[in-house]
Amino acid sequence: MGKINPEMHLIENFKEAKWIPSRNGYGKGLVELGKKNSNVVALCCDLTDSTRMAWFKEKFPERFIEVGVAEQNMMGVAAGMAKEGKIPFVSSYAVFNPGRNWDQLRVSVCYAEANVKIEGAHAGISVGPDGATHQALEDIAITRCIPNLIVLVPSDAIEGEKATIQAGQIKGPVYLRFGREKVPAITTERTPFQIGKAEIFREGKDVCIVACGMMVYFALQAAEELEKQGIDAMVINNHTIKPIDKETLINAAKKTGAIVTAEEHQVFGGMGSAVAEVLSEHYPVPIKFVGIKDRFGESGTPEELLEKFGCTDKDIVKAVKDVLENKK
Amino acid sequence: MEKITDLKELKLMANTIRKDLIEMLLEAKSGHSAGPLGMADVFAVLYFNILNYNPKNPEWKERDRLILSNGHIVPVRYAAMAEAGFFPKEELKTLRKLGTRLQGHPHDLALPGLESTSGPLGQGTSIAAGVALAAKMDKKDFHVICLAGDGEINEGQAWEAFMFAAKNKLDNLIYVIDRNFIQIDGNTEGIMPLDPLNKKFEAFNFHVIELDGNNIKELIKGFEKAKTLTGKPICIIANTVPGKGVSFMENKFEWHGMPPNKEQAEKALKELNETEEKIKAGN
Repeated sequence: MGKINPEMHLIENFKEAKWIPSRNGYGKGLVELGKKNSNVVALCCDLTDSTRMAWFKEKFPERFIEVGVAEQNMMGVAAGMAKEGKIPFVSSYAVFNPGRNWDQLRVSVCYAEANVKIEGAHAGISVGPDGATHQALEDIAITRCIPNLIVLVPSDAIEGEKATIQAGQIKGPVYLRFGREKVPAITTERTPFQIGKAEIFREGKDVCIVACGMMVYFALQAAEELEKQGIDAMVINNHTIKPIDKETLINAAKKTGAIVTAEEHQVFGGMGSAVAEVLSEHYPVPIKFVGIKDRFGESGTPEELLEKFGCTDKDIVKAVKDVLENKK
Repeated sequence: MEKITDLKELKLMANTIRKDLIEMLLEAKSGHSAGPLGMADVFAVLYFNILNYNPKNPEWKERDRLILSNGHIVPVRYAAMAEAGFFPKEELKTLRKLGTRLQGHPHDLALPGLESTSGPLGQGTSIAAGVALAAKMDKKDFHVICLAGDGEINEGQAWEAFMFAAKNKLDNLIYVIDRNFIQIDGNTEGIMPLDPLNKKFEAFNFHVIELDGNNIKELIKGFEKAKTLTGKPICIIANTVPGKGVSFMENKFEWHGMPPNKEQAEKALKELNETEEKIKAGN
């Protein structure tokens, strides 16, 4: 792990990482917020356990609101509660929340600047055997285009907890994206996390891999493999899709001259598109996008799907080689 | 606010609001005529008899909350708010114009006291339920009054919110349906039948009050009764005449989303001025 940025305080040995779903961080963070602030309320659409909202419900039953299978109403009720000074967290699967209640998110929450926090759980292809209907591959695209909305994609459970707590401490709407599967917890309590600040997890000069969510781990794996092949890759954990950290991205482009983005999401409109928007305007360099290529998912194990749909460390390595071909 | 209890004064206020509306819509050159005119009596009663609020302190915590779910009728709210002293009446002429606080559909952050951001139908229903639930949690005494159109409840979200309100026994929520039987494409019963609407609300576990939404006396009585009911949310089905007060607009769905032109506005104002004289004369 020669070039891991020491200021990031990642775990020493990735092989010893604990595997935890990022949504567990949400569950823990929500309980912490509940302890600190009695205005924090939680609303769920019949998915209390799998969204990890159950942990809050257990501690603060009087502040938990079961809405039933009605995501549109949940978003609106939350907007109303926020008007009265509550800090509502609304949870469901990302395909429904914000997939099904996008209009309510847009108008009742974001246009009205309601202080509502939205958890999209089970996002990405890695949700696995449930199949395409339940694999949210568009949620980053449909949230980052809404004014006033902050969009966060934590890379592991520890970062997920920090993201949840910070989301609860700022005023205004925040979308938080989480996955279902266990992923290696490579960050630690000491790893810096600040909304709007991308972090350089690994230093490098030949190419920069910008990743979010579980793809951050794959990006680090890919960088290790690339090092063996003589390619020095920087890795950025770009957890905040909006407001995006332009400065860090532009500096990375200046330093490395080539970018690969990696996300468990459609490449159209996702995190990679956000990065491309910044760089094409401020410092154009060759870019390759790792992610889902304009198609729906299907049933399978998470591992099978990540491989079939091109979201692994191997896909990142290949994209790096391709982009280096384009680098002058 | 100071209550107006005299029925004649309230009728005059409703008529003044109608006149304001015609002038605003003429100036704006776009917007909805029928719904706002039909709801002028409801707004006169709410702003000048029923609601507790302070126009000089719109954020007063104990105020009653008025959530307008069918945002397209907001000109009637702007007119009532101007008459109630929330902002100068001259500002009504800025409706729908660039830079205005009076957006075509309401944005509550733009104008103190506006309370709701709405337009896409059905959303105010959930917002009102959320406000009512928060009020219950905080043991607040104010009422939440939500106004909605009948065509609006074609939206599934509204019914999600009705179930939610009943489940949580939100008896601080008074849901008022402007039952005028029109929507953009025609008669509500032809587009998506709602009747028997009263039975539907009873089945959804609401107290139901039906009244003539263009009758000031009935409206006051209905709202006063609604405030005393407990255990369940309250639905007031207010039967109104769309376009009320302007005879050539009454009951014509074509006027749902259309403003008057200059000639039509003059004709409407002439009729409303005559009505004013009649009310003053006690007829």
